[in-house]
Amino acid sequence: MAVGYRADGPPATLPRAPGATVLAVRALRCWLVMYRRTWRGSAWTSVFGPLFYLGAMGYGLGSLVDKNGTAALGGVPYVVFVAPAVLCVQAMNTGMSASLYPVFGSLRWNAVYLAARATTLRPADICRGHVLFMALRIAMNSACFIVFMAAFGLIRSAWGVLLLPAALLTGLAFATPTAACVITVRREASLNYPVRFGAVPLMLFSGTFFPVTRLPGWIRPVAYATPLWHGAALCRALSTGTAFASTGDAASAAIHVCYLTGLSALGLWLGGRTYRGRLYV
Amino acid sequence: MRARGLTKRFGGFTAVDGIDFDLFRGEAFGFLGPNGAGKSSTMRMLGCVSPPSAGELTILNGDPVRDGPAIRSRLGVVPQEDTLDSELTVRENLLVYGRYFGLPRRLIDERTDQLLEFVQLTERAGDQVEPLSGGMKRRLTIARSLINDPDILILDEPTTGLDPQARHVVWDRLYNLKQRGVTLVLTTHYMDEAEQLCDRLVVMDHAAIVAAGTPRDLIARYSTPEVLELRFAPGAQEVAAEKIKDLSPERLEVTANRILVYAADGDEFLARVHAAGIEALTELVRRSTLEDVFLHLTGRTLVD
Ligand SMILES: Nc1ncnc2c1ncn2[C@@H]1O[C@H](COP(=O)(O)OP(=O)(O)OP(=O)(O)O)[C@@H](O)[C@H]1O
Ligand SMILES: [Mg+2]
Repeated sequence: MAVGYRADGPPATLPRAPGATVLAVRALRCWLVMYRRTWRGSAWTSVFGPLFYLGAMGYGLGSLVDKNGTAALGGVPYVVFVAPAVLCVQAMNTGMSASLYPVFGSLRWNAVYLAARATTLRPADICRGHVLFMALRIAMNSACFIVFMAAFGLIRSAWGVLLLPAALLTGLAFATPTAACVITVRREASLNYPVRFGAVPLMLFSGTFFPVTRLPGWIRPVAYATPLWHGAALCRALSTGTAFASTGDAASAAIHVCYLTGLSALGLWLGGRTYRGRLYV
Repeated sequence: MRARGLTKRFGGFTAVDGIDFDLFRGEAFGFLGPNGAGKSSTMRMLGCVSPPSAGELTILNGDPVRDGPAIRSRLGVVPQEDTLDSELTVRENLLVYGRYFGLPRRLIDERTDQLLEFVQLTERAGDQVEPLSGGMKRRLTIARSLINDPDILILDEPTTGLDPQARHVVWDRLYNLKQRGVTLVLTTHYMDEAEQLCDRLVVMDHAAIVAAGTPRDLIARYSTPEVLELRFAPGAQEVAAEKIKDLSPERLEVTANRILVYAADGDEFLARVHAAGIEALTELVRRSTLEDVFLHLTGRTLVD
């Protein structure tokens, strides 16, 4: 018979289902097939947007800032101060945009998740596979930006090689909790809130464009609690080389890493549960 | 596949209320019922994407909750609503789905060619899914559900919304699969579909099974061989119904727009109707169908 299905009966025993990693990678590979169609459109905005930011803020605004002395910035030119933060903002934005509408749409618009749940994948595998894809997007955008930073001489330390994992971690700290929550969202309009009340204020007040010490005292603890502040502080310490200058600096770096890892892991764990709650009812 | 007391609740609402059935290898098994009967809820439990609230369910010797991934890897599923990715091409949809099952690329490509041929979509292989017609999408979903060479194929209303010609194509393909030994489970609210495809079926209504058997059995048990359908002018129906009752037919059903008279011999009864001086607008004698079984069991028609 030409057609490849069997005429004889099913096996007496069920096949063994593969492990979680294998299943997550399967889901990732499927995202790659879909990404092949759309990467051009998203690549332009996500790569050049941050570059324009860096040009305008770093060099344009920076020329004014630098005239007034850069002691508060740690003695480096403003563009060097701001570049690692723009990297983190980009990682955050990529993390959010790769999780908000794509997760919502996978349930509502093109039913990717509903197709996937009928296969060997479990809801948690679907979640993890999608997060892997988000990680890939964050890493790609960050890598482009880091290359530009290096080319313009904005990385002042060899620790700069760790910028990529640091930016990735920052992006994931946003992506995994967002994905875990968005899967439970029923109204499309709700998706605006995380950007309007989350990403935008964070971008402005997390020690990105100016040191948090310039904020009024009462608001500083809030800034210190945000993932973007941890990401920006970590990346800045890596690119200016202060990350391991003293034990205190190393300890702060370790705290940043723990915070970001913890948040990413929490989001992933939560995602396993919320995806199950939505895809296995 | 074996279900005992299978139940599905959504909050306080019971969508499937303790149903029992057995399904044997190689047969085609149907769930027939009106909207909201609980067919899709049952299919989702059989497809291991929805945990039963109570009762036992065994599929391919496995427990759907514990062995979900393993069981699903041996199932093919055609959900009520298509879950194709409309931005991808026909071929890519099969590729993605095959990958979910962990099949190697070569095998996927090979099966894709065969399956597209099988559902007559070879010419559209490179086209995006979006502009395909409803019938083509349905056929593509069927092709996709076969990519893992499943032992059991679960189809939730495979032909709803298709034109008669497209339905016949789908029936033909499904019949073909059955011939090859694939076990079919399907839901439908088309009587003719159930009669055509199913070896055995259950009739569901209000979350419960109200009858089970082969199509012939059900007709023999719950209906007469023939049915006389009479339509009357508006207002004349009630009077006529009373008169026909006096002729003591085996059974009489009065629906919104017609009277159904159940008789062993329809023509003979029609002659008696004429003799009694009752004139209908239209008269039709036909064989009993599952529609009549359903009407008998629930007092309602299926599609009206
Ligand atoms: N996820 C859900 N949450 C709450 N109620 C649900 C859910 N899914 C189904 N129901 C309810 O369960 C009942 C049975 O629905 P189901 O989809 O199983 O019916 P069906 O027989 O497939 O009907 P149809 O012919 O319209 O497809 C309906 O009343 C429906 O509202
Ligand atoms: Mg249904």
